[in-house]
Amino acid sequence: MGRFWAIMSRDLTLARRQGADLAMTVSFFVVVVVLFPLGLGPTPGQLAEIAPAVLWVTALLAAMLSFDRLFQQDSEDGGLDQLALSGLPLSVVALAKALAHWLTTGLPMIVLAPVLAITLNLDGDAYWALILGFILGTPIVSLFGTVGAALVVGARRAGVLVALIVLPLTIPVLIFGTLAIDAAANGLSIRVHLLMLAAILAAAIPLAPMAAGAALRQALE
Amino acid sequence: MHRFANPTRFLRLANAVLPWLGGLTAILFGVGLYQALVISPADYQQGETVRIMYVHVPAAWAALAGYASLAIASFTFLVWRHPLADLAARAASPIGAGFTAIALVTGALWGQPMWGTWWVWDARLTSVLILFFLYLGHMALVNAFDDSDRGGRAGAVLALVGVVNLPIIKFSVDWWNTLHQPASVLRMGGPKIAGEMMTPLMMMAGAYFALFGVLMILRIRSLLAARRLRQLRLAVQEI
Amino acid sequence: MGGYAAYIWPSYGFTALVLVALLISAWRTMRVRESEVERLRGLGADPRRRDGTSKDAV
Repeated sequence: MGRFWAIMSRDLTLARRQGADLAMTVSFFVVVVVLFPLGLGPTPGQLAEIAPAVLWVTALLAAMLSFDRLFQQDSEDGGLDQLALSGLPLSVVALAKALAHWLTTGLPMIVLAPVLAITLNLDGDAYWALILGFILGTPIVSLFGTVGAALVVGARRAGVLVALIVLPLTIPVLIFGTLAIDAAANGLSIRVHLLMLAAILAAAIPLAPMAAGAALRQALE
Repeated sequence: MHRFANPTRFLRLANAVLPWLGGLTAILFGVGLYQALVISPADYQQGETVRIMYVHVPAAWAALAGYASLAIASFTFLVWRHPLADLAARAASPIGAGFTAIALVTGALWGQPMWGTWWVWDARLTSVLILFFLYLGHMALVNAFDDSDRGGRAGAVLALVGVVNLPIIKFSVDWWNTLHQPASVLRMGGPKIAGEMMTPLMMMAGAYFALFGVLMILRIRSLLAARRLRQLRLAVQEI
Repeated sequence: MGGYAAYIWPSYGFTALVLVALLISAWRTMRVRESEVERLRGLGADPRRRDGTSKDAV
């Protein structure tokens, strides 16, 4: 357990020291969301209608920007071999990495999403659905992204490749995340959609690190 | 398994099978198309558009079977390290992507007259679209590494991750309300489809799967040749 | 075709297009590569013929 926290806090320290990386991901999220009102023009109804999709799609794209670096640096400087020799299963290493990734990109986006939703005139009843959806959905994205990041270690054009691989897998998250917000805005129950997200998360917490661990083992051979 | 893992033996077997399988493909397509377009009756509900079924449904089956064989080959490669399984997985994904594209496009062409729309974002269509993306991702991933062995292993892990999608595709029509009609052939309690439509459907399905086999043999042979070429080029440089 | 020819023929056409394209590309790639293998072997570059110990017998 100690080694798990050590890996995670190492990643967090790295993220803090290279603060620019983290700031870039979060700024990308903000800038792209703000582009939509500017592109659409100031029609409030229209904006509110597309707000759920804009927030979720942009969050997915912003997350994609950060995955190619998740294992790349460790693989280049030999840190990945060290982690493999640490005696900790690679799946647990992957889980620690995913958690660190979520804390540095998912969490800031959860905080920012409601603020940005204001600029998109999101319906007042929909904020809870947005926040709860992000709380359940962003860890799934981090977990799936960790699998993709482990697969593309050492690949050419790893950044584009990881997006090509991971984005299709995140489609269910996008669907249920936006459905929850739409349902809340129309005064319907958001329970089913959030339960679906929770179910995907519950399945992804054990399965995604296992897949990522397998991918890392292949990468180290 | 080990008997087929030897490339020489595989080639001997594959080359013996190829002309027969090719002939079978041609015959099945000939008879199947004639049955589908001429002999088979129009559906009492769907009219003549039911003829699209004979190219659409087998394509969807082949798309799923293609992913299943991709996953089995990947599993075999990861566990037993058969080099031939890696080649089979590499050979399967472009073929599967082709069948998935056929299923999606013919589905749209069937949907427009029947449902009044080319496309709906329901569970069945979306999960088949994800299948198409998985094939594309697999093709991109296996070719993204300078070390081709590494590409094969990464692709194998991705193929196994994507298996989650298969039951979703199969059961999406039962789990969610959708415009897409539920399964009428591979269902509990036996097929629910008239005999004069079943025959051409099975003929076309046989033709698709025979063609699948032909394409697999051709593509594995060309992948074997590519590997041989790499060795020979190295040898030429040494001289 | 009961007024639906505009949907039926394109589906058969697209299917034929994809299947034929798959077949031709698989066939041509195989022919090009195998003839290149033959050409290089003709140059005396076959490692098996030189030392007879190649693991990969094709």
